[in-house]
Amino acid sequence: MSTIAADARLAPRASSRAHSSERLRRYLRNLGTWVLSTVIVVWTLAPLYNMVLISLEPEGDVFTDHIWPRVPSVESFWGVLTQSHWYLEHFWRQFANSLYIGLMVTFFALLFGTLTSFAIGRMRIRHGWLVTNAALLTYVIPASFLAIPFYRIMQNYGLANNPWSVIAALVAFATPYAIFVFQEYGRSIPIEVDESARIDGASPPQIYLRIYLPLMAPALVAVGTYALLLAWNEYLYQFLLLSSKANMTVPVALAQFLSSDQSPWNYMMATAIIYAAPPVAIYYAFRRRMTAGLTMGGVKG
Amino acid sequence: MSSTQQVLAAGPSTLNRPRRRSWHPHLPGVELTWAIAFIVPYAAVLVAFAIYPLVYGLWMASSPSLYLTLFASDEYRDAVVSTMLYVGIGVNTSLFFALLLSGFFMRRSRWVKAMLVVSMLPWALPAQTGFISFHWMLVYWGFLNSVLEKLFGIYGPDWLTHYWLALGANVVASTWKTMPFWTLILLAGRMAIPQDLYEAADIDGATGFRRFVHLVVPLLANLYLVCTLLSAIWMIGDFNTVDLVSGGAPVGSTDVLATLGVEYLFDHGKPELGVAAVMAALPVIVALGILLIRRLQTRDVQL
Repeated sequence: MSTIAADARLAPRASSRAHSSERLRRYLRNLGTWVLSTVIVVWTLAPLYNMVLISLEPEGDVFTDHIWPRVPSVESFWGVLTQSHWYLEHFWRQFANSLYIGLMVTFFALLFGTLTSFAIGRMRIRHGWLVTNAALLTYVIPASFLAIPFYRIMQNYGLANNPWSVIAALVAFATPYAIFVFQEYGRSIPIEVDESARIDGASPPQIYLRIYLPLMAPALVAVGTYALLLAWNEYLYQFLLLSSKANMTVPVALAQFLSSDQSPWNYMMATAIIYAAPPVAIYYAFRRRMTAGLTMGGVKG
Repeated sequence: MSSTQQVLAAGPSTLNRPRRRSWHPHLPGVELTWAIAFIVPYAAVLVAFAIYPLVYGLWMASSPSLYLTLFASDEYRDAVVSTMLYVGIGVNTSLFFALLLSGFFMRRSRWVKAMLVVSMLPWALPAQTGFISFHWMLVYWGFLNSVLEKLFGIYGPDWLTHYWLALGANVVASTWKTMPFWTLILLAGRMAIPQDLYEAADIDGATGFRRFVHLVVPLLANLYLVCTLLSAIWMIGDFNTVDLVSGGAPVGSTDVLATLGVEYLFDHGKPELGVAAVMAALPVIVALGILLIRRLQTRDVQL
């Protein structure tokens, strides 16, 4: 211990001797920060810039060799918002479908997730680990592997082209993560809180509603945001299961543009930007809480 | 041993350990009924929409003749090779740069924090949006070639008609999308390293590269491995990137298992073959999953 302290006293003197090399090092460090920042900005924003560039092109002038919009036109955005192109005749309907699916998935993932983690983590039902292990299984198996069987099952049930088939699939994939985060977070709430409520005569549903849910609020926000973004951004299941223009969601409608070589690409990019805006806004609004949820579930022991 | 690890551990191992306190050693009748009622909704969802599709898929893909057809076809062998290359290169590229970037983001200046916010953008965007943009950036008349021509006077290739360029495009797009997430996870891992250790290393004269090799790498090794496994599992099942960036071009050679499966369903009308195409990779997923669970169990050895 004493040698470390001695070294610590020596350290400032050594650094003052190497004052100019210290300044050079700081200069290089700033230069490095500047270069790295430029790389990060270009790397991150290039695809986004490309999107904006194409969306601002007036129709018929797409894919020429310029790198900034020569005649910027917001016509395509206006066209999406007023549904004036036949590709986009149901845009707001499809936007509402996406929102509906997102909200339903969020609601059910939170409901089932909290109920399950309450029964397993707080009430400690016996053999509860069976459920959590099975949940882990669905977390590990990629969703795309189950897409075709799921598609067939939904066809057999007559649920093809029904938003509830998508909601069912996404709830099944979002809830395991919800359960893990809730169990992890729930461990920070002393079990004595539940016990004292029980002594006061509270029934399990009362404890769940009045004590468990309010105390879990931060985790609910984190997981709710996660589930909403998962559902809004999901593509494969919606693409497989939703086929009619009135029932499809925005990502499926976007994929419709790709079925032709002569689509209005400026409209496609404008749709993509409008579709991407809500999740980006939500992500940045709840970023800190989501990160907390992420580390609760993923990193810490 | 914390309860997450109990959750993640296989069931029997939890029985040997002293049980954590519950409401009651044995839940009395009414409460047991409630507890079961609370579990039933999720259990029903789990069985109906996850386990049943899995069993149904295994049943659909149970005929051995499907696998003979698959292994005899060139497109399937191409897809297996492309999947291995895509996952192998993609996972390591994404995680390696995420590890380096997370070190950069440990700096406490306001500027670096702003950079962190900017760099999260790809992760916040819907995957589809970003990948569509990548596709149109890489077509012959796309943005990338325009930039190359205007700024450097180079006439770029048609990126999506050469196998290696198209595969590279998929890897780059996937890295663009996932790297922010892994950066965030590894940053959280770095933050969890106690400050005293950095100070002790500093006093011992280990700074910069030596601190990275002797302090950060050993302490992050387990987390890095967990991320590698998780990322590999996710990338094996990745449909969006390849479907939207290269679309399998040139002539289906960069198709991976997930996109080939959907093609068998829609373009060839052979759903059984499509399921068999992905289910053939299930043993790999299971092996990676078991490794992942073991790694998660040994987490607390690290610090």
